[in-house]
Amino acid sequence: MAILTLSINGTRRTVDVSPDTPLLWVLRDALGLTGTKFGCGQGLCGSCTVLINDKPVRSCVTTVGSIAGADILTIEGLSPTRSHPVQKAWIAEEVPQCGYCQPGQIMAAVALLKEKPHPSDAEIDDAMNGILCRCGTYRRIKKAVRRVAEEGGVR
Amino acid sequence: MKTQLNRREFIRVSAGVGGGLVLGVMIPAFDAYGELVEQKENEFVPNVWLRIARDGTVTILVARSEMGQGVRTALPMIVAEELDADWSKVRIEQAVASADYGSMGTGGSTSVRTSWDRLRKAGASARMMLLQAAAGVWGVKETECRTEAGAVIHKPTGRSLPYGDLVDAASKLKAPENPPLKDPKDFRIIGRKTPRTDTPEKVDGSAVFGIDVKVPGLLHAAVARCPVFGGKVVRYDDMKAKGIDGVKRVAQIDSGVAVIANSTWSAFQGRDALAVTFDEGSAASLSSETIATMLGEYATKKAAVAEKAGDVTSAMASAATKVSASFDAPFLAHATMEPMNTTAWVQKDRCEIWAPTQDPQGYRREAARLCALPEEKVIVHTTYLGGGFGRRWETDVLVEAVQCSKAAGVPVRVTWTREDDMRHDFYRPVSHHLLSGGLSAEGKLVAFTHRIVAPSITGQSSPERIKDGLDKGAVEGTVNLPYDIPNMQIEYVMANTPVPIGSWRSVYPSQNVFALECFIDELAGAAGKDPFEFRRALMLNRPRMLRVLELAAEKSGWGKPLPAGRYRGIAFSPPSFFRTPVAQVAEISIDNRSVRVHRVVCAIDCGIVINPDGLAVQMEGGVVYGLSAALKGEITLKRGRVEQGNFDDYPILTLEETPVVETYSVQSNEAPTGTGEPGLPAIAPAVANAVFQATGKRIRRLPIRLG
Repeated sequence: MAILTLSINGTRRTVDVSPDTPLLWVLRDALGLTGTKFGCGQGLCGSCTVLINDKPVRSCVTTVGSIAGADILTIEGLSPTRSHPVQKAWIAEEVPQCGYCQPGQIMAAVALLKEKPHPSDAEIDDAMNGILCRCGTYRRIKKAVRRVAEEGGVR
Repeated sequence: MKTQLNRREFIRVSAGVGGGLVLGVMIPAFDAYGELVEQKENEFVPNVWLRIARDGTVTILVARSEMGQGVRTALPMIVAEELDADWSKVRIEQAVASADYGSMGTGGSTSVRTSWDRLRKAGASARMMLLQAAAGVWGVKETECRTEAGAVIHKPTGRSLPYGDLVDAASKLKAPENPPLKDPKDFRIIGRKTPRTDTPEKVDGSAVFGIDVKVPGLLHAAVARCPVFGGKVVRYDDMKAKGIDGVKRVAQIDSGVAVIANSTWSAFQGRDALAVTFDEGSAASLSSETIATMLGEYATKKAAVAEKAGDVTSAMASAATKVSASFDAPFLAHATMEPMNTTAWVQKDRCEIWAPTQDPQGYRREAARLCALPEEKVIVHTTYLGGGFGRRWETDVLVEAVQCSKAAGVPVRVTWTREDDMRHDFYRPVSHHLLSGGLSAEGKLVAFTHRIVAPSITGQSSPERIKDGLDKGAVEGTVNLPYDIPNMQIEYVMANTPVPIGSWRSVYPSQNVFALECFIDELAGAAGKDPFEFRRALMLNRPRMLRVLELAAEKSGWGKPLPAGRYRGIAFSPPSFFRTPVAQVAEISIDNRSVRVHRVVCAIDCGIVINPDGLAVQMEGGVVYGLSAALKGEITLKRGRVEQGNFDDYPILTLEETPVVETYSVQSNEAPTGTGEPGLPAIAPAVANAVFQATGKRIRRLPIRLG
């Protein structure tokens, strides 16, 4: 066990965990940030995607000890009023069904749009293809990402 | 048994006993179905389905589980329609498990279909009481009043009273027995595209799934189970497991050995550190090959006849052309994105459960049995479900959670890893199909047989319900066919295996319709007919089916030229147990020896459509889930073990592989039927039939693989 200080959603949080614990479980069990989801534990499904220094990362295979000092952004940190452009587009396109994979989808979309404000279809496919959805929301995800780009992107 | 007192009598009795003011405090009352309704202060509670607060907020209870199919929108829309509610003032609350709601089981595409009458009456009954209350306040005739979006209007004077102002007056009235229902032409909520009520919570991480439930003092458990079905724990060594940080306790439970820890990760690590010796039992030599051989052998055994017409033997003998083929479909995992989990808190005199379950009442019954408590002492909270697809009917994870909480004496959540989920599912059954058809010289289908060889879900869970070897569920999708065939016989051979099986979105039609509709295409080919025209000719006496088939053909541009390299296939999914016919046309290309699906046109007749976008979403969902199975899904066994473990060896459809799905519904004023499953069965055969157009090769095995 070790005392680690993390920067999560703009706030410094201290946790006492083993440094080889995956970030996912630190977020969920130690910090109560359950918006980030466990889906496969092997970095295969993307439900656990969070942003570390603006880059999409699979938190289930990222040890907490490896990211000390980095800026971590989770679904809870996007907006207190669901008004982040990606959230607004997700609502407008009625993307979620069961909703379980959507925090990962949304965080991957945020990362994509931060890097490429006007992604091509191929770039959307490429960035979003690894985030699995069992309900079949993919086409709506694509429409929502395009909508964000058309409506001014993410800040 | 419920006491059959009406509201007014009960209130009078209460007042007599209590001797004081009873209105405005907690008083029990009975709704129109004789169910006990708990009255709340400052609220009008006309029945178990809704309550109205003084500020006009209407709280509607949803008794079915939200697993992505939109029940928390569609069902409240039905209540709100008949209540004439202001939709913007409607709030949704998930009902805890109780017999008061009728069946809460969420499966079989039944939620809207079986709630329709009951929810309409619940809303209409409350509306009548509010209308009567307003008429009483004004001292006018009820017939001079009408309702409109959350208010009663006095027609001659235009005065209006919002529902919130009528809470006290309406609470004193008796619920009408047979409230008048709206004419569908007056619907203003049903049939209108309505945003889902659960979307906001699902874009900011606040939606609570089973895996997210927070309970003070909660511990986490992971269970080591025998990798072979039916195996048992012989002994275990937990020394290393107990040395893992956070591990609190190790306990043997029915399904294996549980490690209970203060975090999910510690529980997983502790579980992996266990050394368990299992007696693998008799299934240890099972493999996909031995099962395939067994199905082949069973195919020649005596079959149970599920349905027959005419004299198929002589019609087949005298047919001008005979065609026969066999088809195979594999075991499939559900692979819900939310891994299996349940949270249980067993105390001396009560038990509380939080579960992403499709069967809260079944969970309540089972928890009561395990704890030796009466059901009233068991509270089951249904959370959001991160996918269900039939998997969450099963109580296996509930049993584990209850046993872990009993062992630890504190609330415990059992969480499965993806590998646990993939290797301990209740799989979609494997199946083998023999079909034959006889065509007349004019190419008319005069004889048809379909023999299904498959394990029986009912035969596994409740064998006493099987009569004469026939599992009626196992022939769904291929009985009561939409086709007029003068001589036909549908047969079933039960071929059970030790592999646990269960309901998987659309259940047996997921494979029976694949075999049927691929074979119908083969027959069309043998008759020299267009696949759409061949089906159409068999449906001429069934106008409802015909409209659906023709709608799919029209919207897909059937018969019109396609760009080079694109091919179409058509398939029809019979109404089956969900009572909803669907026709689909898939447009594909072959890309690097793999199938790419570009566009799927769905035509459906599901009666009155509650939420048009909700219907479209269900078709999109059925198609994508069905395409994962058609193109990729296969669970195989070796040495009694499931070989797949995660999404690398059990891949599912990805974003870039997903086609455009278009949904067209037949206009209808009939009562609504199911939509959650009917979008699935036709997609595999539609794609397989398109592959034939592209390659000239018939697909007779799922998943579709081009050699």
